[in-house]
Amino acid sequence: MEILVCARRVPDTSENEIELNAAGNDIERDELVYSVNEPDNYAVEEALQIRDRVGGNVTVVTIGGEDDEEILRRELAMGANHAVLVSDDAFSGSDGRGIATILRDFVRKGHYGLILTGVQADDGAAQVGGMLAAMLDYPFASLVNSIAVEDGKLKVSREIEGGNREINEIDLPCVLSIQTGINEPRYVGMRGIRQVASVPIPTLGAAALGVNQSAVGEAAAKVRRVDYFVPALSKEAEMLHGSREENASKVLELVAAKGGLK
Amino acid sequence: MVGIYPPSQVTDWLVPSRSLFLTIHVLGVACFLYIVAKRLVPLTRAERDPRFDRPLIRLGRVLKFWLGQWKHPRYKFAGTIHILVFAGFILLAARAFTVLIVGVSENFVMPGLSGRAGPIYDIVTDYAATIVFLCMVVAAIRRLVFKPARYAVPAKYGKSHTPDAVFLLGLIAILMVADSLFAASNAAGHAQRGQPVETLATLSLPWMLKIVIGSMPLATLWGLNVGAYLVHEVTFYFLLCYRPFGIQFHVETSLFSVYFSKLERGTLKPVRWGVRDEHLDQVKSFGVKTFEEFTWKHMLDFYSCADCGRCADNCPANAVGRPLSPRFITIKARDYAFQHYPVFGKANNGKPLVGNVYSEDEIWSCTTCGACEEECPLLVEYIDKIVDLRRGMIDDGNVPQSLQKPLKALESRGNPYGKMEKKRGDWAKSPEVQQSGKVKVLDGNNDADTLYFVDSITSYDDRMQSIGRATARILGSLGKNFGILGASEKDSGHEVRRFGEEMLFMALRNHNTEAIKASGVQRIVTADPHAYNALKHDYKDVPPVEHISEVLAREVRAGNVRFNRVEDEARVYAYHDPCYLGRHNQVYDDPRDVLDTIPGLKRVEMKRSRDRSFCCGGGGLMLFYEPKEEQRMGVVRVRMAAEAGANVIVTACPFCMVNIEDAIKVAGMEGKMSVMDLTEVVDQHMVRGVCDEKREELETATVGG
Repeated sequence: MEILVCARRVPDTSENEIELNAAGNDIERDELVYSVNEPDNYAVEEALQIRDRVGGNVTVVTIGGEDDEEILRRELAMGANHAVLVSDDAFSGSDGRGIATILRDFVRKGHYGLILTGVQADDGAAQVGGMLAAMLDYPFASLVNSIAVEDGKLKVSREIEGGNREINEIDLPCVLSIQTGINEPRYVGMRGIRQVASVPIPTLGAAALGVNQSAVGEAAAKVRRVDYFVPALSKEAEMLHGSREENASKVLELVAAKGGLK
Repeated sequence: MVGIYPPSQVTDWLVPSRSLFLTIHVLGVACFLYIVAKRLVPLTRAERDPRFDRPLIRLGRVLKFWLGQWKHPRYKFAGTIHILVFAGFILLAARAFTVLIVGVSENFVMPGLSGRAGPIYDIVTDYAATIVFLCMVVAAIRRLVFKPARYAVPAKYGKSHTPDAVFLLGLIAILMVADSLFAASNAAGHAQRGQPVETLATLSLPWMLKIVIGSMPLATLWGLNVGAYLVHEVTFYFLLCYRPFGIQFHVETSLFSVYFSKLERGTLKPVRWGVRDEHLDQVKSFGVKTFEEFTWKHMLDFYSCADCGRCADNCPANAVGRPLSPRFITIKARDYAFQHYPVFGKANNGKPLVGNVYSEDEIWSCTTCGACEEECPLLVEYIDKIVDLRRGMIDDGNVPQSLQKPLKALESRGNPYGKMEKKRGDWAKSPEVQQSGKVKVLDGNNDADTLYFVDSITSYDDRMQSIGRATARILGSLGKNFGILGASEKDSGHEVRRFGEEMLFMALRNHNTEAIKASGVQRIVTADPHAYNALKHDYKDVPPVEHISEVLAREVRAGNVRFNRVEDEARVYAYHDPCYLGRHNQVYDDPRDVLDTIPGLKRVEMKRSRDRSFCCGGGGLMLFYEPKEEQRMGVVRVRMAAEAGANVIVTACPFCMVNIEDAIKVAGMEGKMSVMDLTEVVDQHMVRGVCDEKREELETATVGG
């Protein structure tokens, strides 16, 4: 099966102290470290495991600039067969629909039987998977936490209330958004990345993909970010400024006082 | 053949059966050589391992650990038995050889034993055989009746080894009895025939047997003599050929294992011997994934293990129920080697070791504390093997999720917590540190000659920063011109390397090496034994490194440090040896000497201390790993301290501090037990200004003189 995984490079939430910039319209991006969006990494691992079971190829695509190549190298080191960087000045400032449009045009250039995305980007809004499926007129399943390949279709499951699982059958080709925990992604070390250092990663622009430039980019975006803000400290909120031990016992005391501990 | 000649007519009863004996000799030796050749096949297919250097040091180790049985008295009873049996075997070697030859050449005398030495040697070996026989009886009783716990085989590792052990003890006992009966029947026969009679050692086994059989008819004696010879010969060759199938192979291999044993403590073997760091990219596969990727010496280790169980008995992972027993790391590899390279037929296709022979959890469970290696009488190596197996798992991407995040953070941020680089030196800005002088951040433009290498946990963990502050204050009070690297320091990579991530380790090491060189310092001090071990053994071309306890001990001995009296008389201190300060680097006395200088400090020793110290639970990445275990190592350790009568555990390592502090809470011993770092104890009691006074005294003396 030819599998496409749409991945994205995001600031690593576990390794950054996210702060707002002075203008208040973005986060402070100096000194940030980036990594593959975590659910996307699970999607790549799932694609590799499906490929290893049923054969085929895994292609990883990302939309961005030169810096984003690092995540493609990482996914190649994990075992992806191909990686493609989709990059064009015209794409910058795209909203979710714009990104889905670019991906749609990329998908149409290939022959993918299965398209995976992460369930959501750490800095995103979980829009692209569903929109991409609609634009391609493919069926879509979200929050997928297991995949079984059957003839011409898949059995996928998602977690529902109370830890139960719901199993759905979905026809191929389709788009799935992958939940973390579906597998245990393999480790990629520096050695793995070094070994794929010379693997060429093609870059495709708007023209090569035949993207209608008036449908993407900042001008076409119909969802615009207007502000970032830190919630104001409300009257009920109490900040603890003691030592670790003091804070811990204070928290315990407060929770008990509010009836949280029986 | 026996019985054809009247017994009185032949001078030697063995002569008529010579051809039978010769046949057995030839068959026995041929069988043994064939089996040994087959056992050596995997060693020829193994990875290289250069162990042919420094022959004098190696011979010295053979004298100490092999001939001198150095490690054996660590287990008093079993050790004594082994020393007696070993000495017996060494003494009896010439006698056994003589007996074997006499069967085919009746006048053979071992060179050197023809004169007056002969009878003396006979007397000594009569006793040796008797002692070995008695040892076999005692050992069998021990195995069968007293059943020491360390010999038990958990169900997951297969059947009990006791039947095989007792079988082997029985064979050796038979050998001793046969040997003694042969000597006794010879002497009894000679006595009856009026020939010169050999002196048998009073109260020895041959002596007693001679009394029993002395009055038997000559023909019976002849039968006994030839029978004893035959039993001796057959048992000897059976044992010889049976040994390479199990634990007794160490009789043959131990000499080589000890000669080729690892000489440097605290070090790790490279990914591939003979491959330079810059060529590592060309190595197709890292670490050990299949049996043949072990080095030949490591395979020899598998053959040499005597299954004594001392490694597992001391292994903290085994003690807390983690799925790891060093004993079975070896036993399973040996069983696999025997099955993979059978004595009859060709080697069959190998399987990946992890997943078939070992489980992943088993390999990640090791804290590399070194207790197993310290204990092993045969100097079997474990840490290098564990690390090699981990290198293989890392190479295959087979890493627990719990370790992937810290590894990624180490790659991008240089610390396992993913904290900002620029905040690494923030701890040094606190007013408590600044009291004894500002801590310089070394950027190459300072005049500092000493680098305090802090490492990640002390830099970022808010509890451990106290160790950093105490260390800085001590160095300041000692008048050291020192500084830290601050944001340009990265993790030492000690655990990164021991978890098998060699390339990431190399990146961290190269970065730190450059930063250290750029700082222009002449020496390095650290309060973290893991950083200490890394800088001392894993780094190259950096200035000499000392642990703060070594610096302190020297200053204390020079009279440059004075301490205030311990105020709280109820406090009883026990010093816990960190693995990478104690076992791996032999620093046992310095921290104790420093503590003992503090007036009024009451100190007790835990049962397991110094080279038998019990690991706290492991440092570095081990803090992130979630082992399957019944209880925490730290909890076991805290209970040991309580048992020793202590209420303050002093350690000299931030990781020991984390683990023991947590363990005190888990064990519900808060208020009854506390833990402090050596630097904190010193900082608390140190009289400030002693150094300045001394300097002034010196200056005055110089001026006056």
